Amino acid sequence: MASKRKYRGIDQLSTRDKVVVSFMVIVPTLIVLWLVWLPAIGSVLLSFTNWDGIGPLSGIKSVGLQNYRDIATIYPPFWPAIQHNLIWLAVMFLVATPLGMLFAVLVDRGVAGTRFYQTSIYLPVVLSLALIGFIWQLIYSRDQGLINAITGGTTDWYGDPNVNLWAALVAASWRHAGYIMLLYLAGLKGVDPSLREAAKIDGASESQTFFKVVFPVMRPINIIVLVVTFIESLRAFDLVWVINKGRNGLELISTLVTQNVVGEASRIGFGSALATIMLLISSVLVFVYLRIAMKED
Amino acid sequence: MTRPSSEAEYLARMVPPSVRGVDRRTLLRGALGVGTLLGAGGLAACSSDSTGSTGVPTGAVTGTVTVGSNQSDAVPKAAVQSYMDAFSKANPGTTVKINTVDHNSFQENINNYLQGSPDDVFTWFAGYRMQFFAEKGLVGDISDVWKNITGMPDALKKASTAADGKQYFVPITNYPWAVFYRKSVFQEKGYEVPKTLDDLNALGAQMKKDGLAPIAFGDKDGWPAMGTFDQINLRVNGYDFHVSLMAGKEAWTDPKVKKVFDTWAGILPLHQADSLGRTWQEAAQSLQQKKSGMYVLGSFLAQQFSKGAEQDDLDFFTFPEIDSTIGTDAIEAPIDGYMMSAKPKNEGAAKKLLKYISEPEAQLLALKADPSVIATNQTADTSGYTALQKKSLEYVKSAKSIAQFMDRDTRPDFASTVMIPAIQSFIKNPKDIDGLLTSIEAQKKSIFGS
Repeated sequence: MASKRKYRGIDQLSTRDKVVVSFMVIVPTLIVLWLVWLPAIGSVLLSFTNWDGIGPLSGIKSVGLQNYRDIATIYPPFWPAIQHNLIWLAVMFLVATPLGMLFAVLVDRGVAGTRFYQTSIYLPVVLSLALIGFIWQLIYSRDQGLINAITGGTTDWYGDPNVNLWAALVAASWRHAGYIMLLYLAGLKGVDPSLREAAKIDGASESQTFFKVVFPVMRPINIIVLVVTFIESLRAFDLVWVINKGRNGLELISTLVTQNVVGEASRIGFGSALATIMLLISSVLVFVYLRIAMKED
Repeated sequence: MTRPSSEAEYLARMVPPSVRGVDRRTLLRGALGVGTLLGAGGLAACSSDSTGSTGVPTGAVTGTVTVGSNQSDAVPKAAVQSYMDAFSKANPGTTVKINTVDHNSFQENINNYLQGSPDDVFTWFAGYRMQFFAEKGLVGDISDVWKNITGMPDALKKASTAADGKQYFVPITNYPWAVFYRKSVFQEKGYEVPKTLDDLNALGAQMKKDGLAPIAFGDKDGWPAMGTFDQINLRVNGYDFHVSLMAGKEAWTDPKVKKVFDTWAGILPLHQADSLGRTWQEAAQSLQQKKSGMYVLGSFLAQQFSKGAEQDDLDFFTFPEIDSTIGTDAIEAPIDGYMMSAKPKNEGAAKKLLKYISEPEAQLLALKADPSVIATNQTADTSGYTALQKKSLEYVKSAKSIAQFMDRDTRPDFASTVMIPAIQSFIKNPKDIDGLLTSIEAQKKSIFGS
């Protein structure tokens, strides 16, 4: 630690400072260990057992890789769940996020009634989940819903497994776009106006100004938006759970974990194995993201 | 899931937790557990009963007995309060402290609840799950209470008994599953109650001609269709096979099980289409609006009908006979009741309370809140019953064997994580029964084998 420069490292600090610094390091480390690493490692370990949540930890029996084998071979909802998670990620990434960014740019340009649009697009993010579930039930219900009442159709929006994922994605995008809009809008407000003026003077068109000047300047915000999109897609859960508990065409890994672990079912070992798979998938994405982020620093 | 309407207070008790929503209502436990303070002056620390810690005290009991209740909606909650109050009044010096917990939370947390510091007495259901807790030593043996219980039919005693031959449960109310219909519709169209599967098919065809959906059907929440499976299995293979299948002792690939699904596939065209997007409430409303002719459900369906004339118009018949050698004497009638925790703090008072719950007085107070159920004690006065309740009572009484419900008769993990998706995929594609049964059997082996 000791360096030959003026700064003499930790020796320069008074005892009190050292104590304060060590607390500032140790306490967060312990919290992270306790709240993040311990449960994560615990889940991984439990995934090799068949614990049903009853009885002492000493009574847990190891079953090796059986849970993983069962998941991959005889658990029918698993592969659809993986597929749905990927579709979810793709739609959020290719549709919902660009849409949110577009909203932000439009609102930023000051269309008439900006405040109104801003509020109404952001509203879904503020609404409680119970209310959102209820709103979409009113719209999608086969017998009593708005869409079928207007179009006279009989599409079973929530029940038909070929349709309900897309119906859920519309609802999810509706929410996600508002969130992204707000994030992006904050970024746009921070862009130095002189940059745009300079671009204008140089004869750049509106779209050129955005793509060649504003967008690159907003790098930090772009990365945040990207990460938020990834995270939101991987933990996609609540909306699907409100619709039908993640069954019948709406399976997602997160809902399978919940179905198995929470409640009377108590297949803690099996659910933990599913959670571990989810952890691995997110780790890959986090790893890729960190590589990109670090490289560019 | 739609938000439960205020009338649907009862339904949540039926719904397996795994099919219900993430619960946002906070845990009410403790906060609302305001017991009555009757006879608060005599709050002695310990019970001073004469029989000590075993047996039901014959003399007075004192102290506080705690009750964990999942009856969190206003009306049933008031009913629980009313019979607990009556118990306190009859036993001066005893206070009943009710800890009401939201239905969902109660059921989802039952494992942790029983392993933590549970209340002396708590609400639960008869069936496999009760036996499971008994086996794990999480609940208290109340065989001695049963020695003093009178008026309870043998079938209910059997339903309260675990594998070790001891009783762990006291029934309070139950209700039947059957085929419900509107009398006015049957009268107007000249329909007759079908006695056999052929009758049912003929009636269904006629209803279709008349523009009705023959059998209302909604399985968005996953559990209602379990009831249809149970009904057909009881008719095709009988009670013993059903129970044994539920207990994991029979193979799902057995031709007998295949026959159940084959039979179901045969009448599936009579069911309302697109059932997987419909809640049972919506399906019940289609019966109420006379858009469909029949509905296989529990009697809680009456909650979707307005009180008075409309509920009086509601009637039911037993699921038609499929095999004449099996007959129709097995029915499904889930039982609700109370259990005692393994180490109650006030055992004397807890046992006395359980005894009181088995008596007509307490049960009739419970019925006031929910007139779609019936008292389990046969000596209960039925003069205040509605026509539907009277019929339910006769129906349950005349049955030779009574099943609970799939998610109460088998392991809850198997019911919720295997059977719900399996039945839903059968409804989607009734053609691949063999593939489905192979998949169920493989998962069953893994779950029951662990």
